[in-house]
Amino acid sequence: MPSFDLGAHGLRALNSTLHALKGQTNETQWDIVNPRGSHAIAAGVDAAVDITVHGSTGYYCAGMNKQATIRVKGSAGPGVAENMMSGTVIVDGDASQYAGATGRGGLLVIKGNASSRCGISMKGIDIVVHGSIGHMSAFMAQSGNMVVLGDAGDALGDSLYEARLFVRGKVKSLGADCIEKEMRPEHLELLETLLQRGEADAKARPEEFRRYGSARKLYNFNIDNASAY
Amino acid sequence: MCGIVGLFLKDPSLEPKLGAMLADMLVTMTDRGPDSAGIAIYSGARDGIGKITVQSAQPEADFRNLDEDLRNAIGQPVLLLRKSTHAVLEVPIGQIEAARSALAHLRPGVKIMSVGDSIEIFKEVGLPKDVAARFAVAQMKGSHGIGHTRMATESAVTTMGAHPFSTGSDQCLVHNGSLSNHNSVRRDLIRAGMAFETENDTEVAAAFLSHKMDEGAGLGEAMEATLTDLDGFFTFVVGTRNGFGVVRDPIACKPAVMAETDQYVAFGSEYRALVDLPGIENARVWEPEPATVYFWER
Repeated sequence: MPSFDLGAHGLRALNSTLHALKGQTNETQWDIVNPRGSHAIAAGVDAAVDITVHGSTGYYCAGMNKQATIRVKGSAGPGVAENMMSGTVIVDGDASQYAGATGRGGLLVIKGNASSRCGISMKGIDIVVHGSIGHMSAFMAQSGNMVVLGDAGDALGDSLYEARLFVRGKVKSLGADCIEKEMRPEHLELLETLLQRGEADAKARPEEFRRYGSARKLYNFNIDNASAY
Repeated sequence: MCGIVGLFLKDPSLEPKLGAMLADMLVTMTDRGPDSAGIAIYSGARDGIGKITVQSAQPEADFRNLDEDLRNAIGQPVLLLRKSTHAVLEVPIGQIEAARSALAHLRPGVKIMSVGDSIEIFKEVGLPKDVAARFAVAQMKGSHGIGHTRMATESAVTTMGAHPFSTGSDQCLVHNGSLSNHNSVRRDLIRAGMAFETENDTEVAAAFLSHKMDEGAGLGEAMEATLTDLDGFFTFVVGTRNGFGVVRDPIACKPAVMAETDQYVAFGSEYRALVDLPGIENARVWEPEPATVYFWER
């Protein structure tokens, strides 16, 4: 069970060590100590390993993650799990702006709150936030699912494509072309799974959520508007 | 991009360490602003003493006998404490205005950084660690302080373009971001009688707050007004004689982290800046909400 002291060895040594893990490895459990809010901790990992960061992180922690399970025992700075491809990232504390931005796959779990622009331009990632999210979250979100146990800030899902948004608390305002939609049995089933994967099944039930999605009026060309172009 | 750090102490026992803590925080934010750095420190008021912090590009010539020349001009005792390119002039509090006008006449090349009974501002171009060292920031004591590392966007990399900006007695402001309506606000403020030293957008924000407070607004009220009257990107950290405030624009893309314990309130552009503060592991750490004014007074 390797332990890596970021304070002693630095970020480049850490990330090159983690990048060198390919395919099968015996070293599947990693502990990173002394993160001290550093940037880009465990960014670009492409191996099925478990990494625990003991403390809070700065910008872009676990960015571009593939396969790995990365847990932050603290809070995460801007852009945690940005462009994640697969795997799981769990933040025990809060996340700063644009958590999970442009994520293509995998699961991002934030046990505290996420601030503005959570899941902006998400493209397949699943995001479960136990607390609340800030303004402009899921802006231009294309696919994937976002589950929020708390409240959502202003302009949720502005210019939304086909991502599904589930919010249990209040939504301060919906962005352009984002509307509330009917919760059908398949959505409740999906939520059940997401809550369970997001370690939130003990905290919330699928029936407590409302579903939001795209009205599909903004991104579909409407022939009646042809003269406007 | 710029870096901001701030520390407002609630526990007087930390006051001797204020400069050391702030200097460490400032140097940590070097990546965010290697062009220049500055610090405003509220070292505490002493009965009847006013302080003018001045800067000169020719400190040897300008500061030589400045205390004597000023004493002769205002007919009152003057104490000069030189720190590199800056000097703090202590004069009787009632003589600040007289000393100011005498200075303009006696040493035209000297710039005024701050005026008040507690505030001292030190700022220069260069790496934050060099700036902190030349002013011996780590040895400074005080109740609260604000530091800034600058990556310039809106005006030249000069001493006067560095932050903090002070446009009123014991007031200062630092800024991460850029304002888009600073020219029109500056024109309005000039008409209202405010004076400007630079073309810098941040100086306009500082003067805007000073003007509001001159008109009778409290710190919180003045900061609220920035949300309606200033357009652009901003995270502001503001100091007054006994206050410390933070406000971010409604879009809030300029980063900010705050921490509070029984001993202090701290601000950092990034969490990195806060990691060595005492008791940080048990502090309440949060990201200030957009378009929300936070302030503390003691």
